[in-house]
Amino acid sequence: MSYIPNTPEDQQAMLARLGLSSLEDLLAPVPENVRLRRPLDLPPALPEPDLKRLMMNMAAKNSNLDTTISFLGAGTYDHAIPSVVPHLQRRSEFVTSYTPYQPEVSQGMLQAIYEFQTMVCQITGLDIANASLYDGSTAVVEAVLLALGPGGRGEVVISEGVDPQYRRVLRTYAHARGFNVKEVQTRNGVTTPEDLDAAVSPTTAAVVLQQPNFFGCIEDMRALEPIAHKGKAVFITNITEPASLGILAAPADYNADIAVGELMSFGNPMSYGGPALGFMAAKNKYMRLLPGRLVGQTVEEGGEKRTGYVLTLQTREQHIRRERATSNICTNQSLLAVGATIYLAALGKQGFRELGELCLQKAHYAFRQITSVPGFSATFSSPFYDEFVVTIPGSIQQLQRSLLRQGIIGGYDLSRDYPNMKNAMMFCVTETRTKEDIDLLVTALNEYSSSLESHASSQKEEVQA
Amino acid sequence: MSTVEPLIFEKGAPGRRAATMTAMDVPTEPLDNLIPESMIRKEPAKLPEVSEIEIVRHYTHLSQRNFGVDTGFYPLGSCTMKYNPKLNEDMAALPGFARIHPLQPDETVEGAIQLIYELEQYLAEISGMTRVTLQPSAGAHGELTGLMLIKAYHESNGQGHRNLVLIPDNAHGTNPASATLADYKAVEVKTDPKTGGIEMSHLKTLLDNYADNVAAIMMTNPNTLGIFDSNILEIAQMVHKAGGQLYYDGANANAVLGITRPGDMGFDVVHFNLHKTCSTPHGGGGPGAGPIGVKEHLVPFLPGPLPVKNEQGYYWQDAGPQSIGKVRANYGNFGVLVRAYTYIRTYGPDGLLHVAQSAILNANYLKHELASDYEIAFPVTCQHEFVATAEKQKKENGVTALDIAKRILDFGMYAPTIYFPLIVHEAMMIEPTETETRETLDYFVSVMRQIAEEARANPDIVKTAPHTTPVGRLDQALAARKPNLRWNPGQEVTH
Repeated sequence: MSYIPNTPEDQQAMLARLGLSSLEDLLAPVPENVRLRRPLDLPPALPEPDLKRLMMNMAAKNSNLDTTISFLGAGTYDHAIPSVVPHLQRRSEFVTSYTPYQPEVSQGMLQAIYEFQTMVCQITGLDIANASLYDGSTAVVEAVLLALGPGGRGEVVISEGVDPQYRRVLRTYAHARGFNVKEVQTRNGVTTPEDLDAAVSPTTAAVVLQQPNFFGCIEDMRALEPIAHKGKAVFITNITEPASLGILAAPADYNADIAVGELMSFGNPMSYGGPALGFMAAKNKYMRLLPGRLVGQTVEEGGEKRTGYVLTLQTREQHIRRERATSNICTNQSLLAVGATIYLAALGKQGFRELGELCLQKAHYAFRQITSVPGFSATFSSPFYDEFVVTIPGSIQQLQRSLLRQGIIGGYDLSRDYPNMKNAMMFCVTETRTKEDIDLLVTALNEYSSSLESHASSQKEEVQA
Repeated sequence: MSTVEPLIFEKGAPGRRAATMTAMDVPTEPLDNLIPESMIRKEPAKLPEVSEIEIVRHYTHLSQRNFGVDTGFYPLGSCTMKYNPKLNEDMAALPGFARIHPLQPDETVEGAIQLIYELEQYLAEISGMTRVTLQPSAGAHGELTGLMLIKAYHESNGQGHRNLVLIPDNAHGTNPASATLADYKAVEVKTDPKTGGIEMSHLKTLLDNYADNVAAIMMTNPNTLGIFDSNILEIAQMVHKAGGQLYYDGANANAVLGITRPGDMGFDVVHFNLHKTCSTPHGGGGPGAGPIGVKEHLVPFLPGPLPVKNEQGYYWQDAGPQSIGKVRANYGNFGVLVRAYTYIRTYGPDGLLHVAQSAILNANYLKHELASDYEIAFPVTCQHEFVATAEKQKKENGVTALDIAKRILDFGMYAPTIYFPLIVHEAMMIEPTETETRETLDYFVSVMRQIAEEARANPDIVKTAPHTTPVGRLDQALAARKPNLRWNPGQEVTH
């Protein structure tokens, strides 16, 4: 109870001012028939040192990426966080504030978010960006809702190259809201102009593609964009691996109307997938339709007319517009946005490009090594960024177990989302994997491969005998 | 501190940098061998070129231009700005929690699944619900998820035509916005001007008129006036009889911990705002977490996957065929959940009850002490918060709630929530929370009295406040009329 400062004596004195004698007197408005007349059935309070020990033991049950080599990506990416980021992001003036309703004493957070909005524009090439959304999946939903407009009916075309979790979330909203989702298949790991063309109709409200897509493959956005735009559809590109923007064309370069996605991996811990950092950038014309908070620059009303920052265009928002708001979002991911801002400042113009190239080159080195292991072959021949799919011998479970025994968390089992893709493992290699890590994986895969072979040949011998 | 801090983009020099990147330790290939020429980025992103010391000074300065609970009293009503324990921050940062990937095999993240499993149990017990999901990212996200569950439930009973959600006129704006997002129509229920609770005759009329179309009622109890609606069981009975469901907005759950439970009040769905009730910090606007709890009949519709425990340990199980599906990627704001878990284990059952009782005492104490200078919207025993008004000051001296809020800033405190709830003119919604000392409350009272006196004797000082903050009142109209939402190269800051 150490966070309640007032002692029983303090509280008695305060009660006396109210003409009351006990705390119970204050609960009179709560009718007896809804009172809980027993203690909550929860574990007893723990002193800080004991609780710390308990938590550390629970944390120790998890294999963490400081001590385990992992090749998982699939929407969540491991990028190194410079020490300067958490040191500044965790300054308690940021951490313990809330939505900056009083701008005069919230300039720090407001300016940081203005800088965030600017940086999101800089990496996507688009005109404007909002102050953050919950995560990439709900950012896709918000972009689709923007495209559908009030009432939210209509049809959305989405590639199956978009993160399967995101598509599941979109379907949840589609059901509640009453819009249709049409999925476009991929071939050789990418969306083809022919398939997209067949799916898009004059009534399509939005086309959603992902770059690089879920398989890590690079979509030919310049060929797909005219098809997405042939009707009145809003062309939305989703980016879950933002490091790619250091080296791949920006959404504005291929005329995307809206870019959404996930920026958690920029300066924020992975934390088992959340809190995440959804973002939305768009062309200017969507400014008054954007969901969520927007920070704008202005000046003082009087006095010196100094520059300052405020929450603006609030008539879009729930606390003003209520049932006619562009979104219901209120609390967002501000502190993560601050983290991403400091991260991008720390990397800077040069570092951001280097990050893009490091991931690309390391992944391609890993790809060459892995696909030369006997029995392992590339599933697709399309170009990719820092993730790639490999058809593996034996079974995924067998391989995963074999790797785990050596302290390696292997790639992602694609059959979890694409039932036809048996034996397809997706490996992610960011800049945090060293050549040594990759070589270790390849050695383990070689051992696995030869164990399969010797197993197979011993079976063959048994049959022959 | 009154000088403007330049933008990070205005600092540094070409070629300057902070972070050093890891070595390129693999053989490389030319870029155009790997990426089609048309998809290579031609122009580098125009990010800042700054050194580490510049970054450190810049964001340190920004933090100094920001007010948090650690800076001072933050009586922002309905936001529960209580002290955020440092222990919780440290626990969330443990590598075993912070450095785990959401798609790791279950057997490598058993501690994480255990924490989620146990926190679900704790929240189910605190709310009196059958089962909880921790997936929603914030309160509004929980509201939407809850309404989706209600919709799925009605549809499964052949009641899919129900399209109305009743929402009291003092509700948070997220309630009607969430209703719209779930494709429901929001219908306002009036507040009883005498009790501050729902006007029972109006509710009855609405139910009589629309019974077959009512999907749910969304309530906050205690509501945004800080008033506990003691008709709650009767309301529950009436709405259930009409075929509707009861949704509990947990924004004010700090007032009920261990005292009463939404489940026992008759609610079918509840959301928590863990950043409020369980003191995971508000982070300048987020992240939060908005878990929802449901009664038995709604369990089959919960989003998945759901954590399960058996003899082997903890693992994830896919949701059943009636599930509404996922509402976000992965499992929720796990880092926030670690903090909430730590918070609940710190307090235990008696501690949580004491949290609520102390929050209620602090609110009633402030209400009592301010009543001599300010009108109180509903001068009855409040729960965790109350609404004072500047009606008197406005009428007598032309000083508004906004002016008073700005003047409070001059005294090193944050302002109450103002102009909310909408049904109270010149509202100042005050929530002190349980973590403030009596001295702090007394200081706030003395400041409020001084401001009331200034409003009488020297209203200009209030009307032109704040005077001591890094910037004065800002031109909101200009910001909306000529939106400037980003920096552009060449753009100069005015000062």
